[in-house]
Amino acid sequence: MSAGHSTLTTLGAGPAKSAAPPAALPTAAASVAAVLATVALTATAAASVSRVLPGSGPTVAAGAVVVAAAVLTLLRPALRAVRSARRAATAWSEQRRTDARRAASEAREDAWTALGWCLAALVLLGAVWFLCTNDRAVQRTFFDGQVIGISLKETASAFGTNLFIAVVAQVLILAWGLALALARMAPGRAGRPLRLLATTYIDGFRAVPAIIIIYLIGFGLPLAEVPFLSSLSPVWFAILALTLTYGAYVAEVFRAGIESVPPGQTAAARSLGLSQSATLRHVVLPQATRRVVPPLLNDFISLQKDTALVNVIGTIDAFNQSKIFASNHFNLSAVTVVAGLFILITIPQARLVDRLVAREQRRGKGA
Amino acid sequence: MPFIEIDAVHKSYGDTEVLRGIDLSVEQHQVVTLIGASGSGKSTLLRCVNGLEDISAGEIRVGGEVASGRGTDVNRLRRDVGMVFQHFNLFPHMNVVRNVALAPMRVAGVPRAEAEERARTLLARVGLADKADRMPDQLSGGQQQRVAIVRALATQPRALLLDEITSALDPELVAEVLAIVRELAADGMTMLLATHEMGFAREVSHKVCFLHQGVLLEEGPPEQIFGDPRQERTRAFLRRIVEAGRL
Ligand SMILES: Nc1ncnc2c1ncn2[C@@H]1O[C@H](COP(=O)(O)OP(=O)(O)OP(=O)(O)O)[C@@H](O)[C@H]1O
Ligand SMILES: [Mg+2]
Repeated sequence: MSAGHSTLTTLGAGPAKSAAPPAALPTAAASVAAVLATVALTATAAASVSRVLPGSGPTVAAGAVVVAAAVLTLLRPALRAVRSARRAATAWSEQRRTDARRAASEAREDAWTALGWCLAALVLLGAVWFLCTNDRAVQRTFFDGQVIGISLKETASAFGTNLFIAVVAQVLILAWGLALALARMAPGRAGRPLRLLATTYIDGFRAVPAIIIIYLIGFGLPLAEVPFLSSLSPVWFAILALTLTYGAYVAEVFRAGIESVPPGQTAAARSLGLSQSATLRHVVLPQATRRVVPPLLNDFISLQKDTALVNVIGTIDAFNQSKIFASNHFNLSAVTVVAGLFILITIPQARLVDRLVAREQRRGKGA
Repeated sequence: MPFIEIDAVHKSYGDTEVLRGIDLSVEQHQVVTLIGASGSGKSTLLRCVNGLEDISAGEIRVGGEVASGRGTDVNRLRRDVGMVFQHFNLFPHMNVVRNVALAPMRVAGVPRAEAEERARTLLARVGLADKADRMPDQLSGGQQQRVAIVRALATQPRALLLDEITSALDPELVAEVLAIVRELAADGMTMLLATHEMGFAREVSHKVCFLHQGVLLEEGPPEQIFGDPRQERTRAFLRRIVEAGRL
C-alpha cells in the first residue's frame, strides 16, 4: 500500500455543514391564530346550542366558559412559541448556531402542542354541533333521556345473558383451544394425522364468519334432531358456536405462546430426565402462559362483543332486548345503552392488556 | 470398561453431515475434552450422547447399555448423564431452589421438602446458599451457571456433559465456574466437555480430542495435543488460538 494512512483510521470529512434551522415563526404564529379561532368558535357553538335548548342558557354558558377557558390556557405555549422563534432568529443572525437550533426546536414543540389541543377542542365542538343540528335530531334519536330511562333496567339485565355466554364460552375455549394447539403440535410421524385434523379445523373455523356458525348451529341443530345436542337452549347453542369459532383463534394464540419458549428450556428440562408431558407442564406452559395472556385477553374482548351476534337466532340478549325498545319507541337510544354497556366492560380490559404488554416488554428487556 | 462409548457415529441435518464417523470413548472417572473450531460439531456430539438428537448411523453406549436408536429409554439415560449448557437455560419462572429440586421431585419422586433441603445443601457447597430463594435473572452469569451445574448434579448422574459452559460469561466470572468443574474432576466425576478455554482443558483433561468438520482428527493426552500436535490442522487451530491470546 502506497498511501500513508489505512482505511481503518480515516476520519469523517471535516465538521458537518451547518444548515439554517427551519423557520419556526410561521408555525408559532399559526398556533396563536388557532387558539383565538377556537375560542371564537366555542362562543358561536354555545350560542347555537342555547337556541335549540331553550331554558338551559346558564348551563350552556357555563360549559362554554369552561371550554373557552381551557382553550385560552393554550395561549401560553403559543405565545412562548412565538418568543422562542424570535429568539432563534436572533441567535442565528449572531452565529450562535446551537442556541438557534435549540430555541427553534422549543418553539416548534410549543406550537404543535397548542395546535394539537386546539384540534381536540374542535373535535369536541364538532360533536356538540352535530348533536344539536337540525333541532337536536341526532341527540333525540340516539340519546333520548326518557327512552334510556325506560329501557335501562331491562336492557342491563338482558346484558347478563351476554355476560353468561361470554364467561362460560371463555372457560370452554381455554380447554378446547389448548387441546387444539397441542394436537396441532403433535410430534413425529405418528402425530401427523392429529396435526392434519387440527390444522384443518383451525383453518376452517377461522375462515367462516362467527355469525354464520351461530346461525348454522342455532337453526341447524334443532332441525337435525341430534340426541341431547338438539334439545339445548339457544343460549347454549350460542355458547357452543362461539366456543367452536374462538377455540380456533385461541389455539393459534397458545401455539404461538408455546413456540415462543426458547428451545433451550425444553432441552434443559429433557436433559434432566423430565418426560415430554412433565416438561410441557412444569417448564413450557408456565412460561407460555405469561406471554399468552395479552393476546388471549384481546380475543376474549372480541368474543364478548360477538355475544351480540346471538340475536340472529333469537336469544334475548341485550341487543335483542334493546331492538324491541327501539321499534316500540321509534328511537335508537336503547341500543345506545347497549353500546355503552359494552364500552363499560371492554375499556378496563383493554387498559389491562396494555399494562400486561408493557410489563412483558420490560421483562423482555431485563432478560 | 469405558463409561461412554461413541462408535462410528454419523449425524446429518437434512443434507449436511455434521458428524462424519466419530469414535470416542470416555473411561469412568475420566475427563475428556473436545476442542475444535466453531461449527466443528462439538455441541452436536454432546447432544447426541444425551439423546437430545437422534443419530443417523453408528451407536452410542452409556454404562454398557445402548443409548441411541429406536426404543432407547432416554429418561433413564438422562438420569445417568447430566448436561450443562452454554446459556445456562435455568427456568426463569422458578427460584433457584425450585430449579434444582424440580428433577428430583418430578423424575425421582422425592418429596418436595426433602428435595428442596437437598438442593440447599448442594447450593451451599458451591457458595450459593444465600441465593437459594432468588429468581435466576437476579443472579450474575457465573452464579447462574453454577446453579445450572448444581441442577444437573441434583439427580446424582454418573457422568456430566458440559457444553462450553463458560463461553457466555464475562471473563472475570469464568474462574468461579471452572473451580467447580475442577473440584468435580478431583472427586472423580466422569466428564465429557467442549470448551474454548485451552488453558483449562490442558490442566483438567485426561484426554483431549480435536474435532474438525465433523471428524475426530486427533486425540491424545493434553501435553501431546497442546505441545506436539501431529496433525497440520490441529497445529493451525492452536496457532489461531495463540494469536487470539487465548492460550
Ligand atoms: N438444528 C440444526 N439444524 C441444522 N444444522 C445444525 C443444527 N444444529 C447445528 N447445526 C450445524 O451443525 C454444525 C455443527 O454445529 P455445532 O453446534 O455442533 O458446532 P460446535 O462445534 O458446537 O460450534 P460452536 O463452537 O460454535 O458451539 C454447524 O455447521 C451447525 O450449523
Ligand atoms: Mg457449540
